[in-house]
Amino acid sequence: MSDSHTTGNNSGFGRRELLKGLAGLPLLGLFGAGAWAKSAADADKQEQILRELNIEAQVPPLPDMSGDPLRIGIVGFGIRGEQLLRALGFATNEWKTSMAEAAAANKNDTRLATFQEQVRDSNLNIRITGVCDVFDVHANRAMEAGTADGKAPQRFRTFEDMIASPEIDAVVIATPDHWHAPMAIAAANAGKHVYVEKCMTHKVGETIALREAVKQSGIVFQVGHQHRQTQSFLTAMDAIRKNVLGHVSLIQTNTNRNDDNGAWQYDIHQDASPQTIDWQQFLGNAPEVSFNAEHFFRWRKWWPYGSGLSGDLLTHDYDRINCLLQMGIPDSVMASGGVYTHRDGREVPDVFQVIMEFPNYTTGTSQEQGKEQGLTFMYSSTLGNQYNRGTLLMGHDATMELGNTLFIYPDARSTRYKNMLEEGLLTPDNPIYAYNPASSKGGDAITSPTAAYFANKGLLYTYRDGKRIDSTHLHMREWLAGIRQNKPELVSCGIEEGFQEAMAAHMATISYRLGKRIEWDKTNERLSNVTEEELRSINMA
Amino acid sequence: MSNAVISRTYSTSQLGALFALRVLIGWHFLYEGLVKVWNPNWSARGYLADSAGWFAGMFSSMAANPGLMNVLDFLNMWGLVLVGLGLLLGGLTRWAAISGMLLLAMYYLSHPPLIGVQYALPSEGSYLWVNKNLIEAVALLVILLFPTSHLWGLDRFFTSRKAA
Repeated sequence: MSDSHTTGNNSGFGRRELLKGLAGLPLLGLFGAGAWAKSAADADKQEQILRELNIEAQVPPLPDMSGDPLRIGIVGFGIRGEQLLRALGFATNEWKTSMAEAAAANKNDTRLATFQEQVRDSNLNIRITGVCDVFDVHANRAMEAGTADGKAPQRFRTFEDMIASPEIDAVVIATPDHWHAPMAIAAANAGKHVYVEKCMTHKVGETIALREAVKQSGIVFQVGHQHRQTQSFLTAMDAIRKNVLGHVSLIQTNTNRNDDNGAWQYDIHQDASPQTIDWQQFLGNAPEVSFNAEHFFRWRKWWPYGSGLSGDLLTHDYDRINCLLQMGIPDSVMASGGVYTHRDGREVPDVFQVIMEFPNYTTGTSQEQGKEQGLTFMYSSTLGNQYNRGTLLMGHDATMELGNTLFIYPDARSTRYKNMLEEGLLTPDNPIYAYNPASSKGGDAITSPTAAYFANKGLLYTYRDGKRIDSTHLHMREWLAGIRQNKPELVSCGIEEGFQEAMAAHMATISYRLGKRIEWDKTNERLSNVTEEELRSINMA
Repeated sequence: MSNAVISRTYSTSQLGALFALRVLIGWHFLYEGLVKVWNPNWSARGYLADSAGWFAGMFSSMAANPGLMNVLDFLNMWGLVLVGLGLLLGGLTRWAAISGMLLLAMYYLSHPPLIGVQYALPSEGSYLWVNKNLIEAVALLVILLFPTSHLWGLDRFFTSRKAA
């Protein structure tokens, strides 16, 4: 072979040699030029969009928790009460054992590790000094979970005894809804700080009374809407502030569940009996009925104790949006639905649709002044299907899809992004902003389609600096920080937010039960087209 | 480099084809690496968490360990850059080819295109057992066994001319 190459054929170290040795160099030069051009083009596009959007999440700093330990009492140690105590760093041995077993069976199950890390890192500096539950089994479990350094919390037989105790600085209320306001009002009057689960109240009159009591007392008051701590919500807030969406005219929120647990068919404990449950105390202001374990454990299904989808799940969706838009109590609410999926004798609907009108509200506009104003908030739910429908905020310029992830898609007919759409910098089917903690180290604009796909896998926790954290823990920590610094305004879901959440949910419940549209008089802060008699007829006065 | 390999004789067109294969794979590695180096938020966490197949457990537990992920991300992005430079310029090409094959094997094993397995990220083509990672790994094996860097590449300056 005359035209052949081997190293052995080479002699000397001349120019030819040098050229062959550096054969790859021109390619590297070409690569460098290409990579530079590509990078500059990408950076230019990203910068243009970022300059336009300028979105960032504001993360609160870790609070100072030094000083004497805060002494906490917990009322109600059912499903949610147990979760709340765990968020404070106190778990039952039973839970720890079952989580250790789950972790041993599945290495991806990090619930126990996350809990332990949370306890270690946050140092809330609290003690559980009091427990109150009308069911002996729950009370004993709470005492076991709250035990620290060999010291068990005291069990109080009544809520009044607990708030009268000098050993209690603050209370966590996780009872059925009809007890929230009576307890929170009593605690506020006694100067004890309050963390209360949603729905904040159960009736109209007590909602107004509770706001008055909290304002008078100056206590630190937080309602349990922990999603306010979710990073994607903090990011979304900034996007709204910067009017990225334009005028939002329609908001769609949903609940889709398709299992008995999701329809509040909770387990009835085998030890439940009139001997182990203080039935009269459970009833409180509810109508007198004889002992009924179904009412006790599945109270959300009955009007005297809860309000079904309205108080349990609409409240979350309403507050999610109210935290972003601060639109307050709707001018009017209409609700409709029925018991269609769980016909087991329950009173509350299991398919439930709510339309809230805010005719004077606007998120801003990119068109001529006066053209756009008014917003409809729609909540749509069924307990007989769990197809995932996203939460959508639909604006003239863009649509925001909100969850633990956050996507913003430009609208094809947007005024604000008209030029960028025409230049091809934006396309309606690609997000202009994607916050997706699962696949990157933090928020980044213009993530690749890769990231978008991962985001859709969805994760239940929120992320801080790339670390997975229970958002309930953050929400309770915020409350404790408010108490430490004696600043009631430090909490993100205080009495005003709670008042709006409760009143909006009550309007939906009243509308469903009275079968008419319910109106709110903003000036006088009252329901303008509902009489006391009507409210009394449904036990919601 | 063994004498058996070094004494191999190529025609110019054979050498050209092997050289083209080498620099194109090098280009691909270098750009994949630089894209990751330039993106401060890039992490393989999501990719590894989505693993399937024989080693899914191992890759998922890597993804769950933030400290380890920092190390792996660093090794992966700079590994890609160095392999890319090695192949493109023809320096330490033997090591570049071996390292590149190892990286590609990891990518393949974490996302093997098995029957009945679906990934969060859909692939841009259709694959059964064989995908482009596997093909590129075997192409690197060819580059390892049919070296060109001692002829057209930096390795030429370091290859003993007495070898043949």
